[in-house]
Amino acid sequence: MGAAMPLSSDTRLRRFTTAEHWIHRLIAIDIGLLIVTAAFLYIPDLSSRVGNRYFFKMSHVILGFALPIPVILAFCFLAFRLDVRRLNRFTRVDWEWMRSKDRRTGRLAVGKFNAGQKLNAAFQFGAIIVMFVTGAFLWFNGLVSIDLRTGFTFVHDWLALLMTVVVIGHVYKAYREPYARQGLRTGFVPRDWAMREHRGWAEAMTDTASDSAKEG
Amino acid sequence: MSGDDVDLTPAEGKPIGRRIVLGMAGAGAVAVVLGKQLTSVTSSAVGAVAPQIQSVIPATGGFRIYTVTNGYPEMTTTDYRLTITSGANVTTLTFNDLAALPQTSMTKDFQCVTGWRVDNVAWSGVLLRDIITAFELAQNGTALSFTSFDGAYTESLTMEQAMRPDVLVATSMLGGPISQEHGGPVRLVVAPMYAYKSIKWLDGIKATPAVEPGYWELRGYDTDAWVGKSNGRSDAPVV
Repeated sequence: MGAAMPLSSDTRLRRFTTAEHWIHRLIAIDIGLLIVTAAFLYIPDLSSRVGNRYFFKMSHVILGFALPIPVILAFCFLAFRLDVRRLNRFTRVDWEWMRSKDRRTGRLAVGKFNAGQKLNAAFQFGAIIVMFVTGAFLWFNGLVSIDLRTGFTFVHDWLALLMTVVVIGHVYKAYREPYARQGLRTGFVPRDWAMREHRGWAEAMTDTASDSAKEG
Repeated sequence: MSGDDVDLTPAEGKPIGRRIVLGMAGAGAVAVVLGKQLTSVTSSAVGAVAPQIQSVIPATGGFRIYTVTNGYPEMTTTDYRLTITSGANVTTLTFNDLAALPQTSMTKDFQCVTGWRVDNVAWSGVLLRDIITAFELAQNGTALSFTSFDGAYTESLTMEQAMRPDVLVATSMLGGPISQEHGGPVRLVVAPMYAYKSIKWLDGIKATPAVEPGYWELRGYDTDAWVGKSNGRSDAPVV
């Protein structure tokens, strides 16, 4: 592990734009604080120790209603929309990747995102929608009957737990993969790393880069 | 030409991502509708397998403990005092004084405005009505205001509400003393109203000329908090 080496222009590939970097950061901070405030509201040992229920409640509500802002903002950027399109589609390589035991060797021509990243992205996007809708109904509680409200509480509570587990897994994976983090932090990744992890994408990018160089 | 335009992954492969998102939205909607039944299933399942972790597993029933201050205030029955202000008369009762007054027991559902509900909670203590009569509170005001020794929480009732036979100054819960987290040693139980009316850690009752809205009522909750008929909710009445 440790810090990745700085890269010269011919050994690195552009993976994310500055806009994507900031959007990811905003969403990460918002969801991180939502999990923390939820823990202070929900876990008896924590809530009894810190109290101040009104503060944590209002913080959680404001952070929750703010979450769509960076998500909607993200869709204003072409680079993000193109990445969403890549994340959406499961190719033959993705199915093979999930079954294979040598997914990190570069044998498979994995695209810009591997199947695990695609599953994570789809789950988190679905979870954000469901958490937002159920959370909004818990806040505007006059709109629904008690039975439905119990249902909204049930879904919001259980999905929060599941989402937290997946977020922890996501952070753990990123912690294990410094070049992936470097990609989001600086926008660039080493080409040889990309050839191992995302060969299909790296090869396409290399072709593009030489095209651009000719044009430039 | 920008790199992104060239690097467009052809729209090959199945749109699994979209299916997952739509599937989650659909499953979420179904779970909302079935949530009431699912809650009782998970509640009994977790209760049977691991009752000690029930309080940290979502939506498994039971009490959830709320406090508006920093932790739970601590008070022994020996140190406990209840101050009753009726006009110019101020009386201080000890825990033993309360025990010497006529005792009443009742078993009522406990319904929180945030949705959870605990059926058949057994309380006993002194009917608020008996305290009102003994200290002539009705002669000195049209409403009561309550304070808590947590230093922050307050509550209120009209005199008419306070005279109901299901409003108790409770000194016992489920056959034992009221624990610290449940508002012990003495709390109010206003059974026909949402639980935020049932002030915990009760240390003061005062006759007031008019209703003085309590802690959550100053933050948007209804002052007349009848279960099923306030706060935009339609819960079944408690029994």
